Amino acid sequence: MTHLLEVDKVGKTYAMGGILGSHRVRAVENVSFALEAGRPEIFTVIGESGSGKSTLARMILASVPPSDGAIRFEGQDVAAIKSRRDRLAFMKRVQPIFQNPFEAFNPLKKVDRYLFMTARRFNGVSRRDEVERQADEALRKVGLSLAEVKGRFPHELSGGQLQRIAIARALIPGPALIVADEPVSMVDASLRTSIVNLFMTLRDDLGVSIIYITHDLATAYYISDRIIIMQKGEVVEAGDARTVLADPQHPYSRELKAAVLSPDAAITGSALAETDAATLEPT
Amino acid sequence: MTTLTQPGAGAAMATPDASVRPVLSVEDLRAYYVLDLFGVKREVRAVDDISIRIMPNEIYGIAGESSSGKTSLIKTIAGAIQPPLTVVGGKVHFDFRGKSIDLYSGAPADLDAIRWRHLSYIMQGSMNVLNPVRRVRQAFIDFAARHIAAPSRRAFEEVVVAHLDRLHLSPHVLDAYPHELSGGMRQRVTIALATVCKPEFIIADEPTTALDVVVQKRVLAMIREVQREIGSSLLFVTHDMSVHANLCDRLGIMYAGRLVEEGATSDLFASPKHPYTQHLISSLPRIGDRTPREGLKGTPPNLADPPPGCRFHPRCPMAMEVCRTVVPPFVTAGKGRRVACFAAEPETIPDGIANATRSIAA
Ligand SMILES: Nc1ncnc2c1ncn2[C@@H]1O[C@H](COP(=O)(O)OP(=O)(O)OP(=O)(O)O)[C@@H](O)[C@H]1O
Ligand SMILES: Nc1ncnc2c1ncn2[C@@H]1O[C@H](COP(=O)(O)OP(=O)(O)OP(=O)(O)O)[C@@H](O)[C@H]1O
Ligand code: SF4
Ligand SMILES: [Mg+2]
Ligand SMILES: [Mg+2]
Repeated sequence: MTHLLEVDKVGKTYAMGGILGSHRVRAVENVSFALEAGRPEIFTVIGESGSGKSTLARMILASVPPSDGAIRFEGQDVAAIKSRRDRLAFMKRVQPIFQNPFEAFNPLKKVDRYLFMTARRFNGVSRRDEVERQADEALRKVGLSLAEVKGRFPHELSGGQLQRIAIARALIPGPALIVADEPVSMVDASLRTSIVNLFMTLRDDLGVSIIYITHDLATAYYISDRIIIMQKGEVVEAGDARTVLADPQHPYSRELKAAVLSPDAAITGSALAETDAATLEPT
Repeated sequence: MTTLTQPGAGAAMATPDASVRPVLSVEDLRAYYVLDLFGVKREVRAVDDISIRIMPNEIYGIAGESSSGKTSLIKTIAGAIQPPLTVVGGKVHFDFRGKSIDLYSGAPADLDAIRWRHLSYIMQGSMNVLNPVRRVRQAFIDFAARHIAAPSRRAFEEVVVAHLDRLHLSPHVLDAYPHELSGGMRQRVTIALATVCKPEFIIADEPTTALDVVVQKRVLAMIREVQREIGSSLLFVTHDMSVHANLCDRLGIMYAGRLVEEGATSDLFASPKHPYTQHLISSLPRIGDRTPREGLKGTPPNLADPPPGCRFHPRCPMAMEVCRTVVPPFVTAGKGRRVACFAAEPETIPDGIANATRSIAA
């Protein structure tokens, strides 16, 4: 089996407090996993706030170099990507989606521009009708169309629509891997459902693998194939998502599952009553 | 760690006691984004005719779908609006201990006099408002130092460090620049800033969206603790119904710029009356559930050109002929309960509409 992505004993140390900062943070510690080529999956990363999830995502996207270990995409060490050409070729295959769609779009720029720019940059198309056709095709995959989006500014669209446009933009280059860092935190339950349903369609119909970083255990259970749970930079538990979430073994994973707030509390009483947070060490 | 009890068990109540004065009264508030696009005037009616009262020691939650106007509403309440968002009608009145203030009538209100000590506002995405070139310590000194009676800088820092610890943050974050913190750490720093002075009224817009559930629970417990300590009030916006269920005494549900239902949290969850609230509550995700789900059908309404009549009618499974043309009034429907829906309150259907109750649902 060849690997699509190989994360091999990766670690990351940051200096905090600026260049002269004395405090060093070990953000990621010895993380390894691999996604196989030709077997698209939704690989979920769950974990403590500050446990290194976004750092891991940035390293996979080659925007931050690892301090230790290596990340290989389709056999190539991503740290070795230096030239602009190699970088473009890599980004065509690996695309990001970020948490906050309001930040991802410049408020003064019409949203269709992003789609057109992506088509020009990664797919080398320049004819206007072809650029528009590609944008429209990507938008249709997320349940929108260019006609609905054309000429509109970010604030004229809802958060959920914007997030779907961000996903459409990520689809234009035809990536093999999407790294989505908390893509649904900002949207309501209903839109959250349509977005994660879309992820399943991307996996099943377009063969895209997705690294899905989230705090939402319910959608993680609903869509993931495999899962890793992180705490303080380390993977504390890994495995089949349903197995892990149904019966977590590591104490932190158990704590995580136990802390999920239930909507039934409105009737049965609030879970905020037994917060035993004193057992936690601060991040 | 302090033990916290069930929502509604505190001094707060679903039916406001007439002898206690509300801290906040919002009356018939309308705030629109007034846009001038190349000479064409357009109004986005993000806050349309909203009335809310919040009592001392009460936690009031606002829920509603993305783009329904939650942020616009609380920005207006917090006096933090900027053009194009404009108040076109109604009023916002605060009655703090020993200080009352009207935000939109007469002379511009002196908000600086009440910020932080009386009123603090945690903005949506506020983890991005920290000054990127200054260390976190400086933000605490700038905003909180003059409101905390500490004999020295060192004593002040001790107060801050103890407060950070309640949010599961180490003292090291004080030395950090904002970009050196994770999203959830920045979010907690802004919560710490807004609560360290223990204000009388806290307004929070999606303050826990970037947190893992263990830390989220701890943060919510801290917010509630601070609120109970001095009997302050909390206006809490989130689309996470599980958070509302655990935190809030009362809830207001927004749809397309309007309040469509309000009531005690337990009543609302036990028997939602408005079809939109019913959808919100029945579609709650649960771990262990893999049954295929669907989001709410149809598209969110365009607030620049909202549907006539009941704004929910194009998506409502119970929509009737009358819903197409008449706006359902927001009426009292039982103890401490208000709802705007013709199906829930048939006596509000006006006379003389042909086939008023004939179903038009898709
Ligand atoms: N540029 C940076 N410089 C210094 N430290 C950093 C930097 N970026 C992140 N860190 C630190 O690395 C650790 C991991 O941060 P990261 O953003 O990866 O966490 P996360 O798991 O994504 O958390 P969250 O769930 O809150 O988003 C944190 O302690 C953070 O303070
Ligand atoms: N500056 C602006 N100009 C024009 N319209 C705007 C502006 N800001 C917001 N809007 C519109 O006002 C409506 C309400 O937005 P608001 O941010 O209040 O929603 P929300 O309920 O807080 O949504 P979310 O859950 O996504 O945060 C939306 O239709 C939005 O597009
Ligand atoms: S008023 Fe009519 S359309 Fe509106 S929620 Fe009630 S039944 Fe549905
Ligand atoms: Mg992160
Ligand atoms: Mg908002």
